[in-house]
Amino acid sequence: MAYSKQLIDHYEKPRNVGTFGTSAQVKERKDVGVGIVGAPECGDVMQLQIKVNSDTGVIEDAKFKTFGCGSAIASSSLATEWLKGKTVEQGHEIRNTEIVEELALPPVKIHCSVLAEDAIKAAIKDYRLKNGLPVEEEAHTH
Amino acid sequence: MLKLPVYLDHAATTPCDPRVVEAMLPYFTEKFGNPGSRNHQFGWESEEAVETARERCAAIIGAQPKEVVFTSGSTEGNNLAIKGAAEMYALKPEGSEGRGHIITSAIEHKAVLDPCKRLQKRGFDVTYLEPPRDGIVTAEMVKAAMREDTILVTIMWANNEMGTINEVPQIGALCHERNVVFHTDATQWVGKMPTDVEKDNIDLLTWSSHKIYGPKGVGGLYIRRRKPRIRLVAQQEGGGQERGYRSGTLNVTGIVGFGKACEICANEMDTERERLRALRDHLESSMIKNVEHVHVNGRPEKRLAHITNMSFGFVEGEGLMMAIKDIAVSSGSACTSASLEPSYVLKGIGVGDDLAHSSLRFSLGRWSTKEQIDFAIEKLTWAVNHLRELSPLWDMHKEGIDISTIEWAHH
Repeated sequence: MAYSKQLIDHYEKPRNVGTFGTSAQVKERKDVGVGIVGAPECGDVMQLQIKVNSDTGVIEDAKFKTFGCGSAIASSSLATEWLKGKTVEQGHEIRNTEIVEELALPPVKIHCSVLAEDAIKAAIKDYRLKNGLPVEEEAHTH
Repeated sequence: MLKLPVYLDHAATTPCDPRVVEAMLPYFTEKFGNPGSRNHQFGWESEEAVETARERCAAIIGAQPKEVVFTSGSTEGNNLAIKGAAEMYALKPEGSEGRGHIITSAIEHKAVLDPCKRLQKRGFDVTYLEPPRDGIVTAEMVKAAMREDTILVTIMWANNEMGTINEVPQIGALCHERNVVFHTDATQWVGKMPTDVEKDNIDLLTWSSHKIYGPKGVGGLYIRRRKPRIRLVAQQEGGGQERGYRSGTLNVTGIVGFGKACEICANEMDTERERLRALRDHLESSMIKNVEHVHVNGRPEKRLAHITNMSFGFVEGEGLMMAIKDIAVSSGSACTSASLEPSYVLKGIGVGDDLAHSSLRFSLGRWSTKEQIDFAIEKLTWAVNHLRELSPLWDMHKEGIDISTIEWAHH
């Protein structure tokens, strides 16, 4: 299977790899939202963390760690890049189809983009819950 | 100078030995006759070439030439052996239930499993043995599964994903005691290990040319002719070639190449095996030394010398393959195919889905060098460490969190 140039670039030079602290530390941080989606037995686990400026609601930084195939790593790397500088609301609007398009994911790898969208939503939800903000009901199912 | 990419996927297929290609060449052009043409020189010389090849193929498995039927490869051979024997030795006629019991294992190749599934739809009962974590199918397991109505046992000699070696001679002896037909898919075995269908108690044996440095599209099926004489129902009808077992004009060039490949393996397998074992062991022990949480799948001392299947904890196999793109290997997780399932073979022996997703198969061959293996070790060490830096599971592990206790949101 031939992968796109963009995908290989994100895979070989992943952006924003890392965390804002250990699991225990980020749990305590109100400015950080954490989303962990997938499962090891499914071959994909994505962890996405966003650091939000509570005054402006802007995502100032985003970090990821992913266990998975090249497409999963590239999808989460791209997600962090897109999240930075967006407001939480704007971040919530990112769709998996945009990731599919940008990375030219082959059909068998579309689930990687779905996972990335889920990770974004999970991280935003975690941030909102920590800060007593209303959480949108999950309309998206698959 | 190391030529890239490095090929470490010889259990998938092997390059043709140049000596094989040389032997084949005349049969494409000058000696193009149909061995079925009994009335002229062209036919005679082709027939002679086929019979020489048949002798060479028979010799490598300790059979008589008449006991070898040429096929298009192991998929056809397995289909013919399993369906052909089941239909021949069925206890009840077509259309009825309870036509007979077949024993196989869950770690067989699809070319065995799918014919067995087909037979289930045709009124046969099939038991799929699940070997324990060491990956070995034993005679004891087969014995426990035997029933009054068992008509056929089909157990692979060596497993294609782990290289583990099943107790084939003992299973064969058990079958002969009970008058049950015994077939073995020996695709990974023949040409690598000494084989004697008499001593090893085999009735039907499938093997393939392209796994032993011969051309693709040709293989052999051994069908025992005496003590006992085994008969099969042909699965392909037509001109009655190969004693009616396999109609169709013979693939003369392929057969000539297959014969040559068998002859070379017979002469060279002992030295080749020990050379590859040293390289394989070097690869395994270096990886175990270089990175933590490396698990070798299958019982180490009961494996073919040229194959290793390793799980690298907290790293996903397909991502790992992409990180070592200069090395051609095969992933235990079949994510490259349409299915996203991890290896059914590793799952079949009880390896968890997570480790099954983290496994790669390396298989060495005739032209594998120390330099290539050292390159693989270096790349692989880098890749595992790099991907662990990216892995949230690795972080959790380092923080002392037991990943198996987490409740994952399943899709």
